[in-house]
Amino acid sequence: MNAVNSPEMAKPAVVLSVEDLNIDFVTDSGAVPAVRGVDFNVAPGEILAIVGESGSGKSVTARTALGMLAENGAAQGAVYLKGQDMLHLDAAELRAARGRDVSMVFQEPSTALNPVFTVGWQIMEGIRAHGKVSKKEARAQAIEAMRQVGIPDPESRVDYYPHQFSGGQKQRVVIAAALALKPALIVADEPTTALDVTVQAEILQLLRTLREELGTAIVIITHNMGVVADIADRVIVMNQGRIVEQAPAEQLFGQPRDDYTRSLLAAVPHLGRNSASEGLSERPHAQGEVVVEARDLRIHFPGRLGAPGFTAVDGVSLKIHAGEVYGLVGESGSGKTTIGRTIAGLNHMTDGSLNVLGYEMAQFKERNFKPLRRQIGFVFQDPAASFNPHLTVGECVAEPLRVHTSLNEREMRAKVASLLEAVQLPAGFAQRYPHELSGGQRQRASLGRALALDPKLLIADEPTSALDVSVQAKVLELFKELQDELGFAALFISHDLAVVDLLSTWVGVLYRGSLLEEGLGSQVLSNPRHAYTRRLIASLPVPDPAEQAQRRALIQSLNQQD
Amino acid sequence: MTITELKPRSNNAWIGKLPVVSHLKISSGLQRGMLIAGLILAGLFVLVALFAPVIAPFDFAQSADDSGDFPRQAAPDGKFIWGTTVSGFDVFSRTIFGARTAILVIIAAVMMSLFLGVFLGLISGYLGGWFDRIAVVLADAIYAFPSLLLAIVMSIVISQGQSGMLGGIMAAAVSITVVFVPQYFRVIRAEVMRLKAEPFVESAQVIGASPWRIMGVHLFRNATRTLPLIFTLNATEALLTLAGLGFLGFGIEPTSASEWGFDLNRAMADATSGIWWTGLFPGLGIVLTVLGLTLVGESMNDLNDPRLRRFSRRRAKRISQAGASK
Repeated sequence: MNAVNSPEMAKPAVVLSVEDLNIDFVTDSGAVPAVRGVDFNVAPGEILAIVGESGSGKSVTARTALGMLAENGAAQGAVYLKGQDMLHLDAAELRAARGRDVSMVFQEPSTALNPVFTVGWQIMEGIRAHGKVSKKEARAQAIEAMRQVGIPDPESRVDYYPHQFSGGQKQRVVIAAALALKPALIVADEPTTALDVTVQAEILQLLRTLREELGTAIVIITHNMGVVADIADRVIVMNQGRIVEQAPAEQLFGQPRDDYTRSLLAAVPHLGRNSASEGLSERPHAQGEVVVEARDLRIHFPGRLGAPGFTAVDGVSLKIHAGEVYGLVGESGSGKTTIGRTIAGLNHMTDGSLNVLGYEMAQFKERNFKPLRRQIGFVFQDPAASFNPHLTVGECVAEPLRVHTSLNEREMRAKVASLLEAVQLPAGFAQRYPHELSGGQRQRASLGRALALDPKLLIADEPTSALDVSVQAKVLELFKELQDELGFAALFISHDLAVVDLLSTWVGVLYRGSLLEEGLGSQVLSNPRHAYTRRLIASLPVPDPAEQAQRRALIQSLNQQD
Repeated sequence: MTITELKPRSNNAWIGKLPVVSHLKISSGLQRGMLIAGLILAGLFVLVALFAPVIAPFDFAQSADDSGDFPRQAAPDGKFIWGTTVSGFDVFSRTIFGARTAILVIIAAVMMSLFLGVFLGLISGYLGGWFDRIAVVLADAIYAFPSLLLAIVMSIVISQGQSGMLGGIMAAAVSITVVFVPQYFRVIRAEVMRLKAEPFVESAQVIGASPWRIMGVHLFRNATRTLPLIFTLNATEALLTLAGLGFLGFGIEPTSASEWGFDLNRAMADATSGIWWTGLFPGLGIVLTVLGLTLVGESMNDLNDPRLRRFSRRRAKRISQAGASK
């Protein structure tokens, strides 16, 4: 490519232009193609969403706009940012362009900020790296940037350290740092994935206002179709390194042309559709045996010497009946996982009463509880980490059988094969190692392990939140089938209301350690009694731009009520 | 060139998975050069140790043959290619046999410290409690001692300072073990403490597996992943400690086994009178062996960490062009 046909002269109204981009990564096992023949443009003031599942190449593509490429990557093609080819700039030119012409917002705000410097210092660092600016001026600019992203009282909070901000505010600071020099383009890599839905709604709102006020173009990378529907003008769908479909948001959601896009959209759980409690008017299984009963359960984590502790669960009372799926919803820090872990005997309770399968957990002794463990299955959030990497899948699934039964090797193998079959995995997978399976397959195997001893109670702690949507849909379907067939009671923990409603008939909403409300899933969703629940439901983005616009208005009216 | 060509063959895969072989395969550029240089030196060391009786023209404690007594402090010539020492021993033969002593001590010392350190580290890290506290304090106390001093004390305790071949080797090995156990203990304990919070360990706890089963089945193999690495790095330290002991005179009798450190000690007086060959060759033996083992250990360390691993840019470009043109 030479400078004569640089796109700036041909098409002035383009901030970023990517032409025939190919990227490969060289790994121990050879070259892995990551991006193939990608072409797209970003106009000034446009919000472009790049959507795809993990491994689709969306992050790698967007990061080339900053000239960022891992050391083992090789890129071909052209990426023009305001006329300069980011793939062929030298290090000094790249440094000059970053921050001034383009900047980035990262996924995890708590690690994107350096904990030992004040946030003001970190915003100023970027300002002072470009051009001679006095300390005073830089500080004024930093305060201005913080005001722009809606941090209250920026004059004093400019001297705060990152730990003094909440997660959402930290992300605002990261955005302020990205905005400080008013770049023409911001690349936001999953900017809301690490945040709770209510905070996510605020950050998306912020990005939208910034675009309107400053005319900054935004490339947002996400796997969440709801986020796309909420914010994007135009959408690029990527799959296996290629662009599958490129269309304005309304058109993409209204008439998706490609099969892959359609399947992706179909897999997104839609709040209020296919509710497990549809058509029910009272709690099913209410006459069944009570498997878990908590009364005024309190779980307190002691602080370090002198520091006050933290009460994760504060006076929760709930009942899980045999054969029932109890859905526990809450944001991070609400104590939902703590409750699940305490029922499984991984945490200790502090106060109140928790009765699990007739055993009072207040007098917990591992030796006495052990016989009951065979009646409790547990599915962990991260399927990659919950398998011993040195054991085969077959050995992992057989582990509960080895501990609690005295089957011989042949019976064991037969049992493992039948378990794998039940979770729809080929029997040959027993010989494979966990890392050879995909995320969804691992989570199926994990389900198989949890059900190995035919438990009465299954605790599923965010079993699908680490999975892609299309995989999540299949795992949820499998869970539902197995539950119907085997009839175990389940505690289904999730931060996603739509997922919980899909599976559980009875839903509890947890907020900062207390159970705000309980009820049939459909009732809680259609007629929430508590203000927090209303806000939670309104914040959950749905994959439909028109409906999403209405929901935005609803959040604003809710905010005004407060 | 196709992409599939570069993928590892799935048959005979177990050879490719062995520690050193797998590292060689993923290395490139300077890192590969370092690893290969280290492997050659280390390989030479092992070969020399194995075939010492075949390579060496004389025994390590031989000072006379059919033609009479060997000359003392003779310069290198046709018969004694590296000269002779003050006691009339052939320097070449002693240097060759020194490799054998060194390898025996390394294996014995590292093995003993490995077993003890891993066992204690697993228990201490997983169960914690009073045992952990005592073990950590003990390990710290041993750390606080200069390691050579500790080794000297141990060698006096075990063998009153001097002994024969097997006794001397075991004494040296045990002294080194005492110094190394805290290192293995610390590494394994830290790894176990980290792994303890991993979901796969929790999933074993939820199943109801006993602590012994969790330690043996789930933690052991995961916590010992880094051991080949410490093994090579500690081998050099074991060798240096042995040489130090020998140099200070706490080693093995020269008539029981040949030992480089001891020979260096004896060569000290020679150096001032221009007799360079008695000190140079045992010294080179130590330096080259330590260099070889360190190169292997450090390269493996770097290659194990993807962030330190270097890919050659040219290779990346070539492969990607081949891929794109398809």
